[in-house]
Amino acid sequence: MESLSKRAKVLTKKPMTLAERAYLPAIFQGLSITMQHFFRAATKKQVTIRYPEETRPFSPVFRGLHVLKRDEAGRERCTACGLCAVACPAEAITMVAGERKKGEENLYREEKYAVSYEINMLRCIFCGLCEEACPKAAVYLQADKMAPPRFERDEFIYGKDRLVEPVTPDNRSKRGIQLTPEQADKLRSQLA
Amino acid sequence: MSPLFLFLSFVALLSALGVVLAKNPVHSVLFLILTFFTLSGHYLLLNAQFLAAVNIIVYAGAIMVLFLFVIMFLNLNEETEPHKPALAKFAAAIAGGSLLLILVAAMRNVNPVGYDPTSFDSQIGMVDRLGLVLFQQYALPFELASILLLAAMVGSVMLGKRETGERNF
Amino acid sequence: MDFPPLAWQGLVVLVVFGVSLLIATYSTYAERVIAAFLQDRVGPDRAGPFGLLQPLADAVKLFTKEEFFPAGANRALFVFGPCLAMVTALMSSAVIPFGNVLQFGETAIHLQGIEINVGMLYVFGMVSLGVYGIMIGGWASNNKFSLLGAIRAASQNISYEIAMGLALIAVLMMSGTLSLREITFQQVSDAPFVWQDIFNWNVMKQPLGFIIFIVCAFAETNRTPFDLPECETELIGGYHTEYSSMKMGLYLFAEYINVFVASAVMSVLYFGGFNFPFQAELRNWLVSSQGLELVTAQNIITILGLVGLFAKIFSFIFFFMWVRWTLPRFRYDQLMRLGWTILIPLAIFNIMLTGGLITFGVIK
Ligand code: SF4
Ligand code: SF4
Repeated sequence: MESLSKRAKVLTKKPMTLAERAYLPAIFQGLSITMQHFFRAATKKQVTIRYPEETRPFSPVFRGLHVLKRDEAGRERCTACGLCAVACPAEAITMVAGERKKGEENLYREEKYAVSYEINMLRCIFCGLCEEACPKAAVYLQADKMAPPRFERDEFIYGKDRLVEPVTPDNRSKRGIQLTPEQADKLRSQLA
Repeated sequence: MSPLFLFLSFVALLSALGVVLAKNPVHSVLFLILTFFTLSGHYLLLNAQFLAAVNIIVYAGAIMVLFLFVIMFLNLNEETEPHKPALAKFAAAIAGGSLLLILVAAMRNVNPVGYDPTSFDSQIGMVDRLGLVLFQQYALPFELASILLLAAMVGSVMLGKRETGERNF
Repeated sequence: MDFPPLAWQGLVVLVVFGVSLLIATYSTYAERVIAAFLQDRVGPDRAGPFGLLQPLADAVKLFTKEEFFPAGANRALFVFGPCLAMVTALMSSAVIPFGNVLQFGETAIHLQGIEINVGMLYVFGMVSLGVYGIMIGGWASNNKFSLLGAIRAASQNISYEIAMGLALIAVLMMSGTLSLREITFQQVSDAPFVWQDIFNWNVMKQPLGFIIFIVCAFAETNRTPFDLPECETELIGGYHTEYSSMKMGLYLFAEYINVFVASAVMSVLYFGGFNFPFQAELRNWLVSSQGLELVTAQNIITILGLVGLFAKIFSFIFFFMWVRWTLPRFRYDQLMRLGWTILIPLAIFNIMLTGGLITFGVIK
């Protein structure tokens, strides 16, 4: 039969030569390889990334912590349609819908809005289906932020206070959402 | 009688009793090892370092490990110990008693001479002396014994050797 | 300073124990750093400068962990096992001659715990007793996998002891003594040839014996590639499956002390012990051109020899670790086959070879 990849190797089981059977040459070969690595590690750079001081760049398609976006005018985009909760395979999202009152037009974009909106980060598998499902482009998974470890379970239930994008860039940093200075500047100019 | 000797003898007798009286066979073996230890201590007190070391290596180190192997695998313990019939107990008592009797009878006439400082040779138990005696006076039995052991070892190697064509893995 | 000499020797024994413990402690650190370097990593570097306090942190961790007793375990023996492993490991370090004599006026301090003329047998006895620590621990855990692990370890140790002893016999045939100190002294040479000192080391006369010995040393100390007694991955741990906390730590410690002792024994038996090249020349030079007294010069040589011996020991320990992070583990049948059908015949052949060479006066 013609092999598909033409990379197949015919395995021959030759009897081992004396040097192979003596085993020691192979051992020394292995030892020299590890020794090369030893000196490489001792002199050149190791592959270790010393985590808290050094971090690795996130992938641009990384799906991290959720954020509930605001529109250009600073109003919450979410209309509490529940599509994200339906889409969520982990059933991590719960919300309570409410009707927008008069005078709240500057707060909520649509007439119906989410009074409470909670994501349980212990259930969430960060699949991003909520982001896909949202018709209002309200929920996003940030590419640069992870749900940090915590000591208590209830701390993992993120409410609107921690999910909704803050109004001003300075508030954003106060809430612990990490923005690079460029991002903050960009946001400020957008808001202005 | 030095306090060290008294102490060693005390421990030796106690652990020897432990061998017989311990309910758990593993404990018995461990007591037996302790007994070997104290015996080695006695050898040391007699300035027989070689004997002491060999006693530990061969008896405590090798043979007793095999004992322990077997006993651990058999998983004997107090519950599974079979109840011995009274006749067996009786026979054991008679056998042990007669052994004691023979020992006492044999020891009765021994009168320890103590040692004579002028003729006492403190080096008598040293390994080179022992070697000289073994290789001169007892050369033939010694060599025979070593050939026997070597044959046993070669036999075990042969048993362990793969036969031609046999491949288990 | 009017210590009786026996008290000095007692002090030396205590120091030797302390040093063994210290070296075992830092072996754990060295193991991790070397492992890291061999794998292009960094290793522990958080606790203290270069992570040097890591052993301390480990000790705190081990001590504060839960003391766990398996159900149905034999409590006394469960505790006794690791203690025995530790004690036998420590005891065997007592007869290693770490250095020559230090002379302070009247008092002469032998840098050796106890000198007995069957030193080598003593080490052997202690090593063979180390098996009990493992056996007892494995049996007392009341776990059949621990028991199997213990049996595995014990059969391995007993099997390799034979080959080790046979390899050793070749050395003893040349030296004619069992005393480690004597064997060390026999490896000096006062010939003027520069590298003569090294050529007088036993490893030059017993290369095959040395290879057998070091392979057996790996097996005796349960180090990779023969670390089947404690392989976590494929054989459910080993005799210490049920152990936790400091009892576990004692077992690990005992292994490192065993590595240290094995390294020391190999340095003494095959690599000239506390002798180092040019020592006679150096002493003569110190006396003749520096105008030192002979005693002082000898003391300096002794201390240098001590340093030299430790350098040899550390290189062996490094070798142990280097091999550990290079070779994979043997399978158990391969291990037994290597021990019984290869090493033992080789060792017997080595004895015959040595005997022949001695008879024909090629080596002494
Ligand atoms: S990322 Fe996936 S699991 Fe997490 S909330 Fe969205 S849909 Fe649910
Ligand atoms: S986040 Fe989007 S999908 Fe979810 S409720 Fe709000 S608008 Fe609907």
